Amino acid sequence: MEKRVVFRSWWLPYVLVAPQLAITIVFFFWPAGQAVWQSLLAQDPFGISVEFVGLENFANLVADEHYLASFQVTAVFSLLVAGVGMSVSLLLAVFADRAIRGAGLYKTLIIWPYAVAPVVAAILWLFLFNPTLGVVAHWMRALGMTWDPLLDSGDALALIVIAATWKQVSYNFLFFLAGLQSIPKSLIEAAAIDGAGPGRRFWTIVFPLLSPTTFFLLVVNIIHAFFDTFAIVDAATGGGPGQATEILVYKVYKDGFKALDLGGSAAQSVILMAIVIALTVVQFRYIERKVQY
Amino acid sequence: MTHCSKRLVRALVAAGLLSTSALAQAQVEIQWWHSMTGALGDRVNDFAKGFNESQKGYKIVPVYKGAYPESMAAAIAAFRAGSAPHILQVFEVGTATMMSAKGAIRPVAQVMKDAGEKFDPKAYLPAVAGYYTTRKGEMLSFPFNSSTTVFYYNKDVFQKAGMDPNRAPATWPEVMAAAARIKAAGASNCAYTTGWPSWVHVENFSTWHGVPIGTRENGMAGLDTVFQINTPLHVRHWNNLREWSRKGYFTYAGRRSEAEAKFYSGECAMLTSSSAAQANINRNAKFKYGVSFIPYYADVATAPQNSIIGGASLWVMAGKKKEEYRGIAKFFTYLSEANRQAEWHQKTGYLPITLAAYEITKKSGYYDKNPGTDVSVRQMNNKPPTPSSKVLRFGSFVQVRDVFEEEMEQMLAGKKDAKAALDASVARGNDLLRKFQKTAKE
Repeated sequence: MEKRVVFRSWWLPYVLVAPQLAITIVFFFWPAGQAVWQSLLAQDPFGISVEFVGLENFANLVADEHYLASFQVTAVFSLLVAGVGMSVSLLLAVFADRAIRGAGLYKTLIIWPYAVAPVVAAILWLFLFNPTLGVVAHWMRALGMTWDPLLDSGDALALIVIAATWKQVSYNFLFFLAGLQSIPKSLIEAAAIDGAGPGRRFWTIVFPLLSPTTFFLLVVNIIHAFFDTFAIVDAATGGGPGQATEILVYKVYKDGFKALDLGGSAAQSVILMAIVIALTVVQFRYIERKVQY
Repeated sequence: MTHCSKRLVRALVAAGLLSTSALAQAQVEIQWWHSMTGALGDRVNDFAKGFNESQKGYKIVPVYKGAYPESMAAAIAAFRAGSAPHILQVFEVGTATMMSAKGAIRPVAQVMKDAGEKFDPKAYLPAVAGYYTTRKGEMLSFPFNSSTTVFYYNKDVFQKAGMDPNRAPATWPEVMAAAARIKAAGASNCAYTTGWPSWVHVENFSTWHGVPIGTRENGMAGLDTVFQINTPLHVRHWNNLREWSRKGYFTYAGRRSEAEAKFYSGECAMLTSSSAAQANINRNAKFKYGVSFIPYYADVATAPQNSIIGGASLWVMAGKKKEEYRGIAKFFTYLSEANRQAEWHQKTGYLPITLAAYEITKKSGYYDKNPGTDVSVRQMNNKPPTPSSKVLRFGSFVQVRDVFEEEMEQMLAGKKDAKAALDASVARGNDLLRKFQKTAKE
C-alpha cells in the first residue's frame, strides 16, 4: 500500500509555497518582464524621451556583425570553461578519493577557491599574468614565450578561461568527489578480480556511473560561464583586445551600464535569456536520455 | 559602574544624539557624487569640509560612487527612481548625454542666477568653459577637474642613451628617433607608451594638428555630425603606431591610465597621457623627468594648433528644492575662489580653471620652481582655437571611444591595416551617432 500525505485544508499548500513563489515573481518574473518591455523601447538614459520602437532593437542587433561575433566568443569560452573545469576537477577528485594520508587537507585546499568572489579571482590571476608585474608572465618571458593579453586575443581568452575555471573547479570537485564516494566498492573490486586495470575500471565502471553528476555539472558550468563570469571579464580584460573577450553577458553589462544604451542592452538580455532556456531544455531532453541513473 | 551613573551616561548620550540630529535638520544637506580616489579624493573631502566649516546653513556630503561610468550610471538609476544626488561629477565624454537630458539637469548659469550668486563665465579659461557651454552661450555645468594630454620623458634614460636630457623630442619622427636610440643603447626596455589611446591618438591628435574630428564643428553645431578621422594624416599616424609597435618602440598598455605606472616605475622612457598624471609621477618616479608638448608632424601646416581637455565637470540635477539650489550656488562660489583654484591646480596637476588662478600661480613663481607644470596651460592656449579644435561633442561617446580603441587594438595585433581600422572606426562610430541622434532632442 502506498502511503500518501494529504493536507487537510485546501489553502495550506498554497501558503507553504507562497514565499518561494513570491521570491520567484519579484526576483525573476518581474525583472524579466521589465527587460522584455525595455527591449521594445528606444529611450535616452534618463528616461525622459521614451519611444516604442517594436523590434527595432533586435533588428539592430541582428544587423551588427560584432554582436554576432560575440556569440562565437561566448561559445568558445563556455565550452572551454566547462570542458577544462570539469576535466581538471574530475582528475583531482579521483586523486583525492584515493589519497590515504592528508585527504582532508587536500579537499579543504581544493574547495577553498569557491569562496573567492569572481572579481577577486580575476584580479588575482591578472596580477600573476600581468605582462609588467606578474610572476607567471615573468617566468614565461624567461622561458622565451611571448605573452601579451593586451593585444593577443588568444592570450586574453586564456587568461579569462583560467580565472573562470579555477573558481569553478572547487564546486565541480565537491560533486565529483561525492559521486565517486557513492560508487559501491564491490563493483570495482569485482572488476579488479576479473583482471581490469585501473584505466579500464575507470572508463567502464566509474565514469558511466558518474554520468548523472557529470550531466548536472555540465548544465551548471555552462550557466556559470554564460552568466557568472562578467565580473571576471570586466576586471581582467574589459572585453578586449578588440572584442576578443566580449562575451554576451559582458556586452549586456557594458552596453547597459557603461554606455547607457538601455534598449539595446535589454534586447540582448532577452536574447540571452532565450538562449539559456533553450540550452537547458535541450540538455534535459536529449542529453539526459543518455544518462544512466 | 553604579546604577545612577549608568543612567546619567544614557541621558547624556540621548541628549547628544538629539542635539546632533537637531543640527542636521536645520542644515540643508547637499549630496555630491564624485569619482575621485586617492590623493584627489582627499582634496574633494577637504573642499566639502572647508565649505561646511565656513558657514552653518548648508552641508555638502561628498560620496564616492565608483569610477566615472559607474557613478554616472548610478546617478541615472537614482534619477529614474526619484532620488538623484544634487551634484554629480560627470566625465567629459558624458557631456553630450547630460546636455541632451534637458529635464534631468539644471544649467549651472541658471542655478547661480536664481540664487543671486556672482557668476561670470568669462572668468573661466575659454577652452575649458567652451566645453560645457551651449552654442547659445549658456554654461550648463561647472568646470571642476580638467586636464589635457602632455608628453613625459625620463631624463635619466635620455642621458644614458647619449641624448640631451634637456631637449624633449618635439615631433613624432624625433620621438621615434629617440626610441630607436634608447633601444639600441639598451637604456630602457620599453621606449614609448601611451595612456587613453583614443583621447591621445585620435581626439588630441586631431585638434593638435588643426584638423577636425568630425563635421559640424566636432558635433558642437548639430547632432547630424559624422566622424572624419580616416584622413591620410590619421592613417599615416596610426600606420606609424603599428610600425613602431612592431619594431618594439611603442608598447601598448591598455585603454585607461595603465601606461602611467609603466612610466613612473621606470619601465617605459616616454609617455603621452593626462597632465593630471603629474601628481602620481612626482610621488613615485625615482628619476628626473621632463614634461613637454605633445609631438606632431612638422610638415602639417596647421600644426601645432591647440590641445583639448579631458577630465570632468559638476552637473546640478533637476527637481530639487529652492533652498538646496541656493546651497549649491554658494558652494560653487566657494569652489571658484581664485586662491582655492590655484591650490587645486598646483596640488593635482589639473588645469587652472579660472584665468585668475593661472595668474596667481604664475605670480607666485610656481611655474619657475616646478618646470613643466605650465605645459598643459600653454598647450591649451597655443593658438586661438578654431571651430574644429575648440571642443568635441559627440553622442554616445563612451561607446565610440571603445570602438576606436577596439579598432586600434586590432590594428596593433596585426589583424587590420591602419586604413581599414580607421575606416571601420568611422563607420561604426557614425552608426552610434545616428542612434544617439534618434533619442536625443536638441
